[in-house]
Amino acid sequence: MHGMTLAGIARALRAREFSSEELVRHLLARIERLDPELNAFITVTGDAALDAARAADAARTDGGGPLAGVPIAHKDIFCTAGVKTSCGSRMLDNFVSPYDATVVERLRDAGTIMLGKTNMDEFAMGSSNETSFYGPVRNPWDLGRVPGGSSGGSAAAVAARLVPAATGTDTGGSIRQPAALAGITGIKPTYGRVSRYGMIAFASSLDQAGVLTQTAEDAALLLTAMSGHDPRDSTSVDAPVPDYAAGLDATLEGLRIGVVEEFMDEGLDPANAAAIEAALRVLEGLGAVVRRVSLPSIGLSVPAYYVVAPAECSSNLSRFDGARFGYRAAQPRDLEDLYKRSRGEGFGAEVKRRIMTGTYVLSAGYYDAYYLKAQRVRQLIAADFRCAFEAVDIIVGPTSPTPAFELGAKVDDPVTMYLNDIYTIGVNLAGLPGLSAPCGFVDGLPVGLQIVGRAFEEGRILNVAHRFQQETDWHARAPGGAFA
Amino acid sequence: MKLSRHEVEAIAHLARLEISAEEVPVYVDNLSRIIDFVQQLERADTEGVTPMAHPLNMTQPLRDDVVTEPDQRALYQQNAQAVESGLYLVPRVIE
Repeated sequence: MHGMTLAGIARALRAREFSSEELVRHLLARIERLDPELNAFITVTGDAALDAARAADAARTDGGGPLAGVPIAHKDIFCTAGVKTSCGSRMLDNFVSPYDATVVERLRDAGTIMLGKTNMDEFAMGSSNETSFYGPVRNPWDLGRVPGGSSGGSAAAVAARLVPAATGTDTGGSIRQPAALAGITGIKPTYGRVSRYGMIAFASSLDQAGVLTQTAEDAALLLTAMSGHDPRDSTSVDAPVPDYAAGLDATLEGLRIGVVEEFMDEGLDPANAAAIEAALRVLEGLGAVVRRVSLPSIGLSVPAYYVVAPAECSSNLSRFDGARFGYRAAQPRDLEDLYKRSRGEGFGAEVKRRIMTGTYVLSAGYYDAYYLKAQRVRQLIAADFRCAFEAVDIIVGPTSPTPAFELGAKVDDPVTMYLNDIYTIGVNLAGLPGLSAPCGFVDGLPVGLQIVGRAFEEGRILNVAHRFQQETDWHARAPGGAFA
Repeated sequence: MKLSRHEVEAIAHLARLEISAEEVPVYVDNLSRIIDFVQQLERADTEGVTPMAHPLNMTQPLRDDVVTEPDQRALYQQNAQAVESGLYLVPRVIE
């Protein structure tokens, strides 16, 4: 059962091939047996999941909701009522959310059952899942390697077939990069497509929620259920949500695919590049036309991001003050000591680095030189994408410069770690939707293909990924050994 | 650009972060490298470019000015470390 896709599980449940309770029991047993190796979960909500599964089985009638009784996991950045919501941080290790995030609520309303909360880089700041207070997550393809981050727990759990799908968030690549490194599919929708109510904020002009799944079809099912306007999030866009699954089979005949020159240069691992080229040939075989496009300012996307994101994080994380909720230092001398020690002890090194970077670039005398300059560069990057999307319908290229790297390989140098997101960050800066799908292996490690579309054209991205997945079987490969 | 020890301590104070004496040189090194890295932005010609305010050029909607939230203070304060009579307790501010 655990190897099945989310769509396959939904069909089997409807056909009563097995019950939701049987499936949930089986997956909980796998989590108990295999997760000590992976560390993908921070919290497992087994009893609540079994109760929900029995309720789903009892309520099941022919033609029940498309996702009724289907188990998923939520990244521990989403608030879940009555369940610990840590954001991977000591700061929130004692925090039990009093309410549900809109994403959690909508996916539950669609019938899904939460198995637990997944590990992540602390406050979603990281590309390797090594900054978590709960320890690193390991990649099921090679336990000595990282699963990517920040949605590393979600990626590892789906790749190891502990759960068919999991939610994630993506501020600079945090869904797409771990999806690539773990050999699964992950989509970051357009900025504003999915409500962020109850999703703990990192960088508010960039953050967006999405999903990590085995297939584009699974992503389409979940995205249809979770997208749409939410009056509780003023940045959520009031635009109709298409049935993403309905458009999956559309033809690619005549589709204009852009390959970004700047992404296919010497920074890309040659074996990775070969996998991307092979994927382009598959898409050409489906009738698409490939041409080169240029994004002249894209080289500045990582530095622009590392001004904008820390600046916004320094503001967003000022709410963690030790006074109302979260970690509080013992025996504070005075109020300032309460603030400083609660924050100094409650946050890990990477979070403190980013808060301080943000505080510096926003401080008097530096605001124009850093923050406003970065927001101007961001405008250039967005204009590059707009210009490219006049000549092509979709942009395809690498998700990550290399396959999964070894644990500890990049932790000592923040800038080297930041460059992991060189192909994904520009998409966030421009607010566009992007997906990563498996397109091959290098030395036994998965490689991701990134597909980027115009704003609100998630349907087209999913369509391209789905057609690609019907021609290839990279997405169906799963780690062997103990995880088989 | 190399930040000074004093600058890093001042930033930590502004951000209300307690940093130990041993950690300061690490942050001096890390932050200097990050600031060096982001200074590449200087080479971009942004003459006449308006700073981005929103990736999709959308404006903030306004809702009706009506009460929509019920009082859930007791629920929210279950996460507080120290509460008395519905108030959050912090160290004395005024002697």
